[in-house]
Amino acid sequence: MTNLSPSDTAASDTAAPTPDALADFPRHAPATDIPFQLLAPDGTAPNPDALPDPQIRLSLYRHMRRIRHFDERGWVLYRTGRLGVFPPFKGMEGSQVGTAAALTSDDWLFPTYRDTGAALTLGLPIARTLAYWRTSPHGWHMPENLKVLPFYIPIATQYPHAVGAALAEQRKGTKNVAMAYIGDGGSSEGDFHEALNFAGALNAPCIFILQNNGWAISVPTRTQTRAVNLARRADGYGIPGVRVDGNDVLATYQVTVEAVARARAGQGPTLIETVTYRIAAHTVADDPTRYRTDADTAGWAEKDPITRLRLHLLAEGILTEESDAALLKEIAEEFEAALNEADTYPEPEPAEILDHVFAEPTPQLVAQRAEILREVGE
Amino acid sequence: MTATQTPPATSSTTRTMVAAINDALAIALERDPTTYLFGEDVGVMGGVFRASDGLQARFGTDRVFDTPLAEASIVGMGIGMGLAGLRPIAEIQFAGFMYPALDQILSHLGRYRHRTRSRYSLPMVIRAPYGGGVHTPEQHADSPEAILAHVPGVKVVIPSTPTDAKGLLLAAIEDPDPVFFLEAIKLYRSTKESVPDGHYTIPLGKARVVTEGDDVTVITYGGMVEVSVKAAEAARAHGIGVEVIDLRTLVPMDLETVLNSVAKTGRAVVVTEAPRTGGFHSEISANIAEHAIDSLRAPILRVTGYDAPYPPFTAIEDVYRPNALRVARAIRTVMGY
Repeated sequence: MTNLSPSDTAASDTAAPTPDALADFPRHAPATDIPFQLLAPDGTAPNPDALPDPQIRLSLYRHMRRIRHFDERGWVLYRTGRLGVFPPFKGMEGSQVGTAAALTSDDWLFPTYRDTGAALTLGLPIARTLAYWRTSPHGWHMPENLKVLPFYIPIATQYPHAVGAALAEQRKGTKNVAMAYIGDGGSSEGDFHEALNFAGALNAPCIFILQNNGWAISVPTRTQTRAVNLARRADGYGIPGVRVDGNDVLATYQVTVEAVARARAGQGPTLIETVTYRIAAHTVADDPTRYRTDADTAGWAEKDPITRLRLHLLAEGILTEESDAALLKEIAEEFEAALNEADTYPEPEPAEILDHVFAEPTPQLVAQRAEILREVGE
Repeated sequence: MTATQTPPATSSTTRTMVAAINDALAIALERDPTTYLFGEDVGVMGGVFRASDGLQARFGTDRVFDTPLAEASIVGMGIGMGLAGLRPIAEIQFAGFMYPALDQILSHLGRYRHRTRSRYSLPMVIRAPYGGGVHTPEQHADSPEAILAHVPGVKVVIPSTPTDAKGLLLAAIEDPDPVFFLEAIKLYRSTKESVPDGHYTIPLGKARVVTEGDDVTVITYGGMVEVSVKAAEAARAHGIGVEVIDLRTLVPMDLETVLNSVAKTGRAVVVTEAPRTGGFHSEISANIAEHAIDSLRAPILRVTGYDAPYPPFTAIEDVYRPNALRVARAIRTVMGY
């Protein structure tokens, strides 16, 4: 029970409902604005029969602890000059793990800059992820066994890409799907709306995750839009929309597994709004006290996704204080080993800025490479 | 697949440029099952200029399909398809309608090989009709090639003959990197020639010397080639030898052919129908100034559109778009040095 590979959640296909069972999907359609929930903040489950297998619950917990550790160590590394500016995701672990864990390594993941946790959950190696946030080219070397793209900096542009990748998988006759992330701010962009419409019109096997974390840097969602229930935007494009408590990893996982199963079965795209909160700053270089008060954030700490599941697992006997401590120790060891590996990556050479522009460099690039080598005196 | 500078001497058929483009698309779709063609009105209708006429009927609605009306997602979805191992061919209905997609073009199209250290390439072609001369309505006659050529990691191809259009388009489709393929609206049906049947490619980055001459080099591409050739013929009647070079591709640019010609003639005139300031004609001029100053006997002249939106006014459109007379005047001016 100490294996942290994503495959233990990938095996959750067995727990996924069959297409036949999806006839009444979406069961969690936003008939009300209350997000779907399986686990109350105090860790109790009013409907225990609806929960995924204990094995899956424990695996989701592991993933959340593992990415929280990355986030917490990231702050320390940034302050000691060992990591560049990165966007923290603390408090959003339920949303990121619950969605990404529903994929297999054959599926596509289009993460934004705040979705380090989702990429780690799918299997992006920690060392490469650290390299990415250290601005090293080693972080851009995407593993051959994953279809995860480098974190997207422009807002919302990844949504049409996911539609294209999903459509390509469909045209190639596979059952693979594409999942793209966006925030509440990004959902104001035109590309978000275009992609939802394209995916619906073309029946692309695409899962759109809208992580409503309350803030677009300093702009709260109430300023961003007059809409409260962002999942309802799906209605405008004739596709299912689901609103889920993003701090409830079990509920998030459940609705995502259903959406993935639907997409694999040829039933098209789904928009999932995970209602969550950005507990920390926009980036480690941001000062949120300039635009929000403790009152804004009040109450969210009690809704912490990790605490919530931990209470549940302890009460159920799926986790003990001892096994939890052992898990944390293992996570810390894995991280430090990855950090050591990242420390061995050499810095890039000046002429590397001209690498990977075209498959074959143009005469202009050949000339400019020579120019750089002259400039740096080699 | 080896590129052939001269198409193989097999059978040939008289084709307009748009028919040659249609032929190239059909050959690509036939040869490579990973090629897909999509855009607004390209399927059932066969494109507003009929470039994809009959292709949906022949290859099916999976391979040739109509999209919703949204340029950013036509390009963005194509990027996703390319990442996933297909060869997408996207049509933007007019180059002047490309602007909603500029975010995708500037933010992503040319960066995928770079940002994934070649884990992913983007073998995508974006075709768009461009340019004036046929009295189109507002917004339909723009020449945005300089904007596109300014994007690192993106190739830009602009053919001027049916034979070139077919061979260059097939080369663009087979290229491992993203390529813009701009088609001069004026030339779609006004040019006709015997075009080789079957598959051939013309390599990107190789200019074509259209007419030879010792006195003046005219560098141009696309819709301005026929205008420049007319001017060259008029100049020849006055004993002036004009070498017209059709660049064919802006990125990569065949600077060697340009510089060799300027070294011979000592005079350069650059002709485009794009606005004057910051156009690709300026890039060509700067390269000549940088590399061939010792050969120059006269200033480099640019014959271009003006720094105003392309005028949708039929009566005076030709004032904006260079004609043979304006090019001939520039030739005469540089001959005065």
